[in-house]
Amino acid sequence: MSTLAEWRDRLSYQPLSLGFIALATSAALVLANQMTRPKIVEAEERDLQTSLTEVLPAGYADNNLLKDTISLAGDDGKPLTIYRARKAGAVNGVVFRTSSRGYAGDVVVLIGIDAQGTMLGARVIKHQETPGLGDKIEVAKSKWIRAFEGKSLESPPAEKWAVKKDGGVFDQFAGATITPRAVVKAVKQGMTFYAAHREEILAANSN
Amino acid sequence: MNYRQIMKDGLWDQNVVFSQMLGMCPTMAVTTSGTNGLGMGLATMAVLICSNMIIAAIRDFVSPQVRIPVYIVLIATLVTIVDMSLNAWMHDLYRVLGLFIALIVVNCAVLGRAEAFASRNSVIASALDGLGMGLGFTIALTLIGLIRELIGAGTLFSQASLLLGPNFAFLETTVLPNYGGVLMMILPPAGFLVLGLLLAAKRLYERHAARTAETVSQPAATPAVGCH
Repeated sequence: MSTLAEWRDRLSYQPLSLGFIALATSAALVLANQMTRPKIVEAEERDLQTSLTEVLPAGYADNNLLKDTISLAGDDGKPLTIYRARKAGAVNGVVFRTSSRGYAGDVVVLIGIDAQGTMLGARVIKHQETPGLGDKIEVAKSKWIRAFEGKSLESPPAEKWAVKKDGGVFDQFAGATITPRAVVKAVKQGMTFYAAHREEILAANSN
Repeated sequence: MNYRQIMKDGLWDQNVVFSQMLGMCPTMAVTTSGTNGLGMGLATMAVLICSNMIIAAIRDFVSPQVRIPVYIVLIATLVTIVDMSLNAWMHDLYRVLGLFIALIVVNCAVLGRAEAFASRNSVIASALDGLGMGLGFTIALTLIGLIRELIGAGTLFSQASLLLGPNFAFLETTVLPNYGGVLMMILPPAGFLVLGLLLAAKRLYERHAARTAETVSQPAATPAVGCH
């Protein structure tokens, strides 16, 4: 023990022990990442599939949305995957992700739109908003997100696509305005994107 | 080491929130409901027990000069691994607790126990200390959360079934139906308010208990001498 105590006081012991700890923890992280990565990807895919069916009314599509996708350049320049819902062969709706910056990081919303451009449903699939305040955007915690169903860019008119505090038609939450504002913005962006690329989306062959 | 005293320290004498006043960030931020407080408390307890055990196990090899960075790296790694494992194997729970996990890194109570206890005690004693401190933290957060939820929204343990599973749905009670709610209680200032009142209550009780002890037993009775 005394030799260890002597060693511990040497100058070279400090960086070496720190380096060793850093190495060991990095190795542990790499290992944990390798073990959990496939499971996490799998779980997220399952989540996506559940969400895909949730933003569409029951029985709206008779195809596998995960198999009928097209990829377009989104507003941010990154490729955006669009899932198409078909009934008896014809595309009658699309589902895709849209996001906007919330109170803490991006709020990612999955939206379903019918071929004419009316909202079928929206679900927040990823966010880091404050628990207890901003997380009412989750459907499990509040019905708020259902307010988008049936809305289109004509009704309400585009300038009313905002929270009530900003003169729009959507409720904000007590104590949290930034979060619902971000969701409304994300959904509106998605609607505008669909309106701009509608022909392209409906006509393209799936890849 | 007196194991009973370790538990008592964690739950009352040295309670993380009510005595040491550590971990104020999660205490204020997530105690908007009883369920949130409980979730954060349990997640912190798990990390606290693991970090205490690891740090106690390597305490002889860590030199005092570099101990703080070593502890921080270890705790951050542990929290990340817990985060990833929950995401992979308990995905449903992760969707509920996920928001809280990353907050544990900044809970100075974890670092505080590493420094004050685990770096000087055996692995078993440290595990017990993590358990006691974690339980004390959980109880404190749940209590603050329940008070804020009751006054703020008129419910108790709302959405507990999301955290604990459908079997615990019976915990969810609406105490005051058709209650408009007091927004202030859900907002951060009420966190300070409720904590302050609870602290005052604890002090009053302790003073009262000390006075009764004085009158009942003679001064020769065991004085409470401990390391602080």
